[in-house]
Amino acid sequence: MAFEYEKYLRMDKIPHLWCPGCGIGIVLKAMLRSVENVGWDKNDISFVSGIGCTSRAPGYIDCNTLHTTHGRALSFATGVKLAKPDKNLVVFSGDGDATAIGGNHFIHACRRNIDMTLVVVNNNVYGMTGGQHSPTTPIGYKTNTTIYGNIDPTFDICLLAKAAGASYVARATVNKGRVLEKYITKGFQNKGFSVIVATANCHTQFGRKNKMSDPISSRKWIESREIPLEKARTMKAAELKDKVITGEFTTDEAETTFWENYNSPVHEYTEAYAKIIEKVQEK
Amino acid sequence: MKKSARFYSGAELVAKAAIDAGCRFYGGYPITPSSEIAEFMSVMLPKVGGTYVQMEDEIAAMGTIIGASLAGVKSLTATSGPGFSLKQENIGYAYMAEVPCVICNVMRGGPSTGLPTALAQADIMQAKWGTHGDHPVIALTPAYLEEIYELTIKAFNFSEIYRIPVMLMLDEVIAHLSAAINLPEKESLVIKDRRKPSVPPEKYFPYDTAYGDVPPMANFFEGYRYHVTGLSHDKTGFPTTDPELVQADQERHLRKVNWKKNEIVDYEYYLMKDAEIVIFAYGSTARAARVAVDNARKSGIKVGMMRFRVIWPLPEAEILKLCGRAKAIIVPEMNMGQLSDVIERYAADRTKIIRINHVGGVPIHPTDIHNKIREAL
Repeated sequence: MAFEYEKYLRMDKIPHLWCPGCGIGIVLKAMLRSVENVGWDKNDISFVSGIGCTSRAPGYIDCNTLHTTHGRALSFATGVKLAKPDKNLVVFSGDGDATAIGGNHFIHACRRNIDMTLVVVNNNVYGMTGGQHSPTTPIGYKTNTTIYGNIDPTFDICLLAKAAGASYVARATVNKGRVLEKYITKGFQNKGFSVIVATANCHTQFGRKNKMSDPISSRKWIESREIPLEKARTMKAAELKDKVITGEFTTDEAETTFWENYNSPVHEYTEAYAKIIEKVQEK
Repeated sequence: MKKSARFYSGAELVAKAAIDAGCRFYGGYPITPSSEIAEFMSVMLPKVGGTYVQMEDEIAAMGTIIGASLAGVKSLTATSGPGFSLKQENIGYAYMAEVPCVICNVMRGGPSTGLPTALAQADIMQAKWGTHGDHPVIALTPAYLEEIYELTIKAFNFSEIYRIPVMLMLDEVIAHLSAAINLPEKESLVIKDRRKPSVPPEKYFPYDTAYGDVPPMANFFEGYRYHVTGLSHDKTGFPTTDPELVQADQERHLRKVNWKKNEIVDYEYYLMKDAEIVIFAYGSTARAARVAVDNARKSGIKVGMMRFRVIWPLPEAEILKLCGRAKAIIVPEMNMGQLSDVIERYAADRTKIIRINHVGGVPIHPTDIHNKIREAL
């Protein structure tokens, strides 16, 4: 039976503002299926976002939706979560929103390991403002502000999230919606801060400048760069330049390195705070 | 003094009053000279089941209190000049989305890092025009410890009644004062809460003007599932670029405070009945002015003071009247004339405006004001 997206969407707000063939729609669908998978009540969910194409998503979702300021979604979401720790928080963000203007909030939400899920749609460009380079625009690629080829080095959002303390981190591309769904579902189930990066196409702004101005060629480009984590582990670092490693950035025992142990999350924030309240009130 | 009196600092009174007003969330970032408020909140909130969080920066702190308030929890943040500047982006959001919350700014010298530990009243205009765009403003300026308690509760009440962020403007001296005081009985407090919708979710619009200029506010997770944005929006809460709707909404925002001015303006006359020289003052400066008035009165000088407990909005009609009547007006301020400029517009050359502007970080002494009173004669 086909999935009933209508159950979770504000159908009177459709059609959406995204370009035909945009990758964000796939991520949105994966997220809605994930909501169904975990069985959350719509009244108990708050979808929060910042500014940008991706950040328009909450407007279409029939929940408690909060479209905030550029980069600040995680701070608003932290306030909502701390006020109502039993509710479910999902933050939807683009690469510029999450890792440039919102970079500070991003690493600190990871560090706090506060129970919410951040879905970052990474399309390597500022789309809504007309196609400027972002902290994830690959070296050498063209955008409206790097017309001679980008020299600004990139972040790997997953590695950043891991290093900062997020307790579930995964990446999939929009070419694999079902995998995205699986990871987002796991993120929802994780009691702690989860980061799921969806590598997506922006053929309109990014593709246009790099000879792949239609969705198919943009997605083929994404496919050509994708290396599953297991395979990446067998490759040399030099071979992984310009590649996008996908999979779950797990901390299972066999894979755990010394540094991952050293830096693993201590606790989930709202649970720790509940213990403080309990302790103070006992006195 | 009653037996129940105890020592309080200004900072502790902000925290105490906030909690008594029903505040159960504080999001902050350390900054001198406001950090004590955060410290008190971190101790007091867990005792009442509330939440304190120290965020990664001022911007995030402001974001958290908006989020917590949308989830139905009254919220406070405290900061000082530079932090107040950083918060302005999200303060604008709170105006636009009409989210009640209280921002306490313990003013220090500026611009920039300025005088972190010294007294100033540097942000009177930042409280009014700090964020971009037009919006109504309510800013309170207590001058005494008892008043900090009273006006902090009032700040929460205003924020809940009008669905706006409210600015509680202390200066460094007021926040760090300590004295034994009696607080009002808890039963005597008037605590206001936001008006909730009376209609079922399917009939609810978050910015429905059918109920007046301040629409009823549903909290998140109560079944209403609405949308909140900082974009210009219509009554449904969704973005609109319709010029007429945007215009009407901005006008409503201003109206919701301007039309209720009489219920918001708050000032005190001191020996004003026969006053020919009038001092306009607020915050700790008003304490020095009061001494100066007393001293001048001893020599038979007819001088009085109008002290603003609420600095924005100002009681325009009263100020206009006084500007027409007074021989001279003295405006002592710990800034370069942020209020004086406004008073000068009201006066429109009908009377002499004498400014006292100290920005060196030390209080204005009563003698400084007394000298200006003599000059005005």
